[in-house]
Amino acid sequence: MPDEALAPEGAARLRATEALRDVPREPGAAKPDPILVADKVVRRFGGLTAVNVGHVEIPRGAITALIGPNGAGKTTFFNLLTGFDSPDEGAWTFNGDSLQGVPAYKVARRGMVRTFQLTKALSRLTVIDNMRLGAVGQKGESFWRALIPGLWQNQENEITDRADELLARFKLDAKRDDFAGSLSGGQRKLLEMARALMVEPEMVMLDEPMAGVNPALTQSLLGHVKDLRENGMTVLFVEHDMDMVRDISDWAIVMAQGQVIAEGTPRDVMADPKVIDAYLGAHHDGAPDPHADETPAAIPADDAEPTEKE
Amino acid sequence: MQWNVIFSVSLESLFGATTIVYALAAIGLNVHFGYAGLLNFGQSAFLGVAAYGMAISVTTFGLPFWVGILVGLAATVVLALLLGIPTLRLRADYLAIVTIAAAEIVRLFFRSVTLSKWTGGSDGLQAFSQSFYALNPYNDGISTTLISFSARELWVITVGWVLVAIALLIVWLLMRSPWGRVIKAIREDEDAVRSLGKSVFAYKMQALILGGVLGSFGGYIFALSLAAIQPDTYGTEFTFYMYTIVILGGAARVLGPVVGSMIFWLLLTFINALLPALVSTGAIPTSIMTTNQAGAVGYILVGIGLMALIIFRPQGIFGDKKEVMLDAR
Repeated sequence: MPDEALAPEGAARLRATEALRDVPREPGAAKPDPILVADKVVRRFGGLTAVNVGHVEIPRGAITALIGPNGAGKTTFFNLLTGFDSPDEGAWTFNGDSLQGVPAYKVARRGMVRTFQLTKALSRLTVIDNMRLGAVGQKGESFWRALIPGLWQNQENEITDRADELLARFKLDAKRDDFAGSLSGGQRKLLEMARALMVEPEMVMLDEPMAGVNPALTQSLLGHVKDLRENGMTVLFVEHDMDMVRDISDWAIVMAQGQVIAEGTPRDVMADPKVIDAYLGAHHDGAPDPHADETPAAIPADDAEPTEKE
Repeated sequence: MQWNVIFSVSLESLFGATTIVYALAAIGLNVHFGYAGLLNFGQSAFLGVAAYGMAISVTTFGLPFWVGILVGLAATVVLALLLGIPTLRLRADYLAIVTIAAAEIVRLFFRSVTLSKWTGGSDGLQAFSQSFYALNPYNDGISTTLISFSARELWVITVGWVLVAIALLIVWLLMRSPWGRVIKAIREDEDAVRSLGKSVFAYKMQALILGGVLGSFGGYIFALSLAAIQPDTYGTEFTFYMYTIVILGGAARVLGPVVGSMIFWLLLTFINALLPALVSTGAIPTSIMTTNQAGAVGYILVGIGLMALIIFRPQGIFGDKKEVMLDAR
């Protein structure tokens, strides 16, 4: 629940650090209380195996970073976990329940909500309508009940109050009645994150939350991500900015060429020779490299432009 | 030159059956295209199956009129399901291709020789509207210096505008509700809506059915006002006129389709009455155009007018320019 009274600042971080202290620093390491467990998840696009994850566990109540060079399969893995794409093989569970074959909208209802690398603000809806849309279990969203305002007006008022609180927290309240399409790139990222919180998720999946955000907003976004953990949520995020990864994440999972090659605290994995190889040295070790045209991804966020994929 | 005739036919066209038919069809299309972002290019098929469902039930099978109406409604819902189940998972432009093809299939199906025993083939069907006109409470038409309608016309117009009012009320209620918010959000970005736990497919299907059923009201009025149906009137240009009207009035605006339809038919009727009159009085010399060519020139002028509208007022009559321009990002 995002609105519960805040625990003392940093309490969740300490708890997460403590829980992960004895976890072995190796790919597929077992965690004390995993919220998400994936097994042998494989996704092929024609001849290319984009994702081939043997076993991975995401610790509950912590911020986990999913890092790796461009083309490592991070976003594809994200899409598979959240039901936006289906794998060729494999199984994965959320809170112990299998998510295999579960459509994306049901995954969201079970408490795992994602954001997108290319921000999806609903341009011709107002900011407040974007927020209201996020609430689940709305009576007025059923066709017949929608025709009778009396049946959903009270609930709508409660949802609006909650949305207004979140907007104030994300400092978007001044933009409340503007079209979402008129917001800046960074404000859209904030709106998308706030909207995801309207779903009241247990786990938030952020796909490159810092891409295209100006440095002034970066600090505020980082603060919001840390708040998610303090409010008891689990965060898994894809990011290229190593400073951010070091700053906020409790655990880091490194992917390269579709596989998990390292796990550990951010400090551990950044010192891992396999990781340095993956980022910088892959061309020299004689291994076949399908991503030869790509550049190393360890670049600071402030010159990272949002890359159009579609 | 008979100005009074030109003005009275124009004025009558503001409220006449044709305006009502296109207004209803466009209200339905506005739900598809304006609110849900579904590029349905087969709206004429929804009007067609509704009208044929009614006419075949009454004329061919001798069923009561009200049963015919229900059969038409059921046919509309079935068409929406048949169209939607395979196509709503596709991207918008594929839906456009499939729906335009489906509308042509429906038209060719109704005019096929093999089925003419039931559908009347290319001649269509008549004699299904007696029960409707038997309900007519008007004994006399109205005839003033400005407008004149027969009692039958008056009855069709009354029922038609009541249907328009009902359709507008439904759209207004729905589009200010959370249901309408989900529909509009789907127009903006399906994946975002999916990521927030809404079943996009179910909502798109509901929108497709709703727009089809609202359009089917237009199909009934069309068939009843003419007291006959012909398959070839449900062709693709029928749908294109509806799109023109939706965009003219302003997409995703409740009153847009109705005002769009009134303006469209007022302009078209006025020019089509004015030009032949000007030619026959000699105000336009026959070296420029003859009376026979005046009809085509009328369409050309209306077309130019609509192009000017789209260039200078892309949001239509009721639209919000700021909102439309957000797309141009």
